[in-house]
Parts: sequence; structure tokens; C-alpha cells
Amino acid sequence: MNPVDALAKFLPPGRQLVSALVAALVLAAIPLFPSVVSPYQAYLLSTGLTYAIAGLGFNLLLGYTGLLSFGHAAYFGMGAYAVAFLVKWFGVNSMEAFLVAGVLAAGLISMLFGFVCVRYTRIFFSILALALAQVLWSLMLKFYWFTGGTDGLRVPTPVLLGGLFPAAEDKTEFLGGPYYYYTLVAFFVAVAVMWLIVHSPFGKALQAIRDNETRAAFVGVQVRRYRWIAFVVSGAFTGLAGALWVPANGLITPDFLYWTFSGKIVFFAVLGGFRTFAGPIIGAVVFNYLEYLAVALTVYWQFWEGLILVVFVLALPTGIVGTVGRWGTRLRRAPA
Amino acid sequence: MSLLETQKLRKYFGEVHAVDDVDFAVDPGEVVSLIGSNGAGKTTLVNVISGLLAADAGRIHFQGSDVTSLSVHGRIRAGIARSFQIVNLFDHLTTFDNVALSIFSREGKTRRLFSLADADQAVRQETLDILNQFGLEPKRNVLAGLLAQGERKLLDVAVAYALRPRLLFLDEPTSGVSTREKAPIMNVVSGVVRSEKLTAVIIEHDMDVVFAYSDRIVAMHQGVILAQGTPQEIRGNQQVAMTLIGETSFR
Repeated sequence: MNPVDALAKFLPPGRQLVSALVAALVLAAIPLFPSVVSPYQAYLLSTGLTYAIAGLGFNLLLGYTGLLSFGHAAYFGMGAYAVAFLVKWFGVNSMEAFLVAGVLAAGLISMLFGFVCVRYTRIFFSILALALAQVLWSLMLKFYWFTGGTDGLRVPTPVLLGGLFPAAEDKTEFLGGPYYYYTLVAFFVAVAVMWLIVHSPFGKALQAIRDNETRAAFVGVQVRRYRWIAFVVSGAFTGLAGALWVPANGLITPDFLYWTFSGKIVFFAVLGGFRTFAGPIIGAVVFNYLEYLAVALTVYWQFWEGLILVVFVLALPTGIVGTVGRWGTRLRRAPA
Repeated sequence: MSLLETQKLRKYFGEVHAVDDVDFAVDPGEVVSLIGSNGAGKTTLVNVISGLLAADAGRIHFQGSDVTSLSVHGRIRAGIARSFQIVNLFDHLTTFDNVALSIFSREGKTRRLFSLADADQAVRQETLDILNQFGLEPKRNVLAGLLAQGERKLLDVAVAYALRPRLLFLDEPTSGVSTREKAPIMNVVSGVVRSEKLTAVIIEHDMDVVFAYSDRIVAMHQGVILAQGTPQEIRGNQQVAMTLIGETSFR
């Protein structure tokens, strides 16, 4: 089987060529990005890609398992706080250690929270996930001696790959250069792993649970256990995003555990389209740019951001990726 | 020894005695039809045996061991599978994936997070074979939610059959389709049941189908077993005919 056929097999029927071309262009353009734009612009894109990892993790639950979590800030924040604790107590500054700590911490907390949450579905699941995340937020806020309270914890510029890259003097240069590529590699690895998971037998079982919980049980799928595993994987991905994000931001405060940030993660998936694999990726990157534009152009940025998002959701009910896909289908069906 | 044996199995819904101390047995290799008017307790009996509903009292023995308190998952593992009267499918998965999932599950492969489902050639081949048996192979890439009703009924049976159960319950495999479609569906289903020598319990209303395809017929009425026997015996049973069709004989 030639590579094009092999690729086509895994893409939605009918849009293979366009999808493959777009994907190839994007893949080629992203690594070249820092050489044509300012370091700040590169940093902005890498933040979007970091959010995209959280979006991917979140969407394993929403898009593939049918569970809407309103508490994913907990796992993003836990990944970030794990890094900050590592710096504060152990003086660690290795980025690889940060990532491992972030994934493990978020994985552990999602094991605990997930164990409770997966006993419920629908709105009950969503609210419970939200409530547990708020508990974590209040702990981080109140245990001042431990977490710095509202002051948060600082995270200095990390050492990448044991110092393989020379540390840049200027942090913006660093973020737009070495750290950009570091984030890019982490992003592509995360995408590849998640892609494999959703196309694995396990991923099929999750989609079966999403579509029909009763029948899934009657083909022998252990529904609750699989939901729990999905929850933990989802939390670990979101924790990875938090651990990647915090050195760039330089600071973690409880704000990133608050429910409004959970809402942003939900938005990544809804904006991009949670019924597609690429939806939350596109959604996260676009969201990040929209927020940047709203902040840059106006003092009433929250108003404009809200307005733009409302318009987007009303105009594109299946998200950006879903809508573009439909246009593609319509174009092909139109008589030549 | 019977493959399945229930002892004084009971399920009440308030005042309604849906299954009232039923002793029901299935021998290996036989095709049993469960008949009775609506509300006779046929589906409830299957629901309790398959684990969808918990029994209020009584025991269920399968291959000599007590499965009364096993989970649905445990009963599937033991070899009891079922299809559904109201079609129960994974509507956003393809016809292919609906069947493939049963095979992955049966082989314990759904625990695999890091391997491509489509790359498993053995599962792929078995899935295609099963789709062929049910005449669904041309529709393999169609989402289950977009299939015609008759195809959905067949797929529902195929999903249960793909588990390769020791005992297969088919809950009205031809209900909800036009009269014209009933015979083709039943031909496909009974063809698979016969050629694979399955042990099956079929709930069915169409008496022509029942008399044609069963080794044994069990008639239920108001939660109890009214009569059972070979098609000839049931055909000649006035009480069953009166209860089911309100006439003294089946034509």
C-alpha cells in the first residue's frame, strides 16, 4: 500500500487530499515560523500549541467518551504547580524533570478525582468535576505557606535537554527560539500519542461508550473502568500542557485552577469542533490569538472576547474544523 | 446437562409479575423460540438472564455455575450474549467498527491504548467474514446511524454474534421492519444460527417464523411458562392458540 493510500485510510472519506495538503503545508510552515516573525509572535503560537495539548486531553473525554468536564483547570494547574514545587523545594531546573513531574502530578490527581467523577454522567459528571477542581483551587489559595496563595510561585527559565541549547540572555529570545522548538516537539509527540490512542481498540471502546453505554457493556466493555482510564489519560495530557506552559509564563497562581480557566479549555474544543480530532487543536490556537487581539486592541477586552466567541459559536455550530469540512463536502458535490 | 437453567426466577415491577418463578432451561445446540403476547414477560426474562435487570429471587445457572449475581461483563465473559429489540448500536462508528469492537472485546484487546485498531489483520478479517455472513459487507464504511432499519436489525444481531457466545439471545430480530423485510432478515439470521450450530433463544411474534425455525417453543403468559414443546406440539396446543391469537388453532 502506498503512503497516500495509507494516509487516506485514516482521514475522513472524501476530504483526504485537501486535508493532507493542508496538514502538509501547516507542518512545513510551523518550524519555519520563528525565522519569519518576531520572537514574541513565535511565543504566542507556542502558547497556542501548549493550550492545544490541553484541548486534546480534554477532548478525549468530551469528543470520544462523551463526558463534559468543567474542571480541567485542575489538571492544567496541577501540572504547573508540580513544576513550581520542584523548583521551590528541590531547586530542579531541568525541563524534562518538569514535564515528568507535571504529567505524574496531574495523572495522580485525575486518578483520584476521576474515580469519583466517572460514577456519574452528563450534567452530574460536569458539576462534580467542576466542584472537585474548585476544591483544589481553594487549597492552593488558602495554604499560603505552601503555595504562595494569590502571589503564586515563580518558575525560572528552565534548562532544556541538560543544557544542549545555550541559554539565551533575553527571555523573549529564549521563548521564541529554543523553547519554541521544544514546545513544538512536545506538541507533535502529544498529537501522535493521542492520535494513536483514539484509533486504538481502547479508543474505539471509548467511542462505543459515548454512543451507547448500555450496548458497550453488552459487548463486554467495562464502562466505568474505561471512563476512568480515559479520565486519567485526559488529565495527564492536560498536566503536560500545564508543565510546558508554566516556565514560559514564569509564574503560577491559583487563577489557573479557577473554573473560568476550565471554561477556556471547554472553549478550545467547542470553538474548533469537538467532533473532530483536529478541532481542539485549531480551537486552542485560534482562541489564544483572539484573546491576544482582544487584549491588544481594546481595554474592554473581556467584552470583545466574549462577543467574538458568541458570534463564532452561533455562526459555526460544528466548530471551525467541522464547518470547514462541510464546506469541503459541499464544494465537491457542486456540479462542475 | 442444560447449558442454561433458571430456578424460580422472579422479577416483579410493583404489582406486575413480569417473571413469576420461572424455570427455564436451554440445552446445548438447540434453537428455542420464546413466544407470548406483549407483556407476557419474554423480554424481562431475557433482561434478567443477560444481566440488564437484577433478579428479585431465584437462581440462574450457566454451564453448571451460578451466574445470578455476576455483572453484565461477567456474563458476557461466561458466554451469554444478546441482541436488542429496540436497536442498540454505536451510531457514530462505522458498521465495520461496530462488529470489530465485539471481537476486540472478546479477545481482551480493548485494553490496548497504543496500537492501531485498523492494523490488526486477524480482527479485520474476522470482521469482514462476519459482515459477509450478514450481507452487510458493502455497508462496512457507513456509519451505523445512517443504515436502513433492516440493516440496523441485522447489525444488532451481528454485534452480539461477533462475541461468539455459547448462548445467544435474539430479542425480536424482525420487529420494527416492514413485513416485506421480515423474511429476508430472518433468513440471514437463521442461516447463521444453523450453519454455525449456535445455541439460541429467539423472541419472536411471527408464528410462521417460529414454527419454521425452532427446535423447541416456550410459550409465556403473564410471567409464567404456559406450555413448551416441539413446533408440532405447540401448533396443536389449543390453550396456547387461544392465549396468543384468540382462536382455537394456528390455521
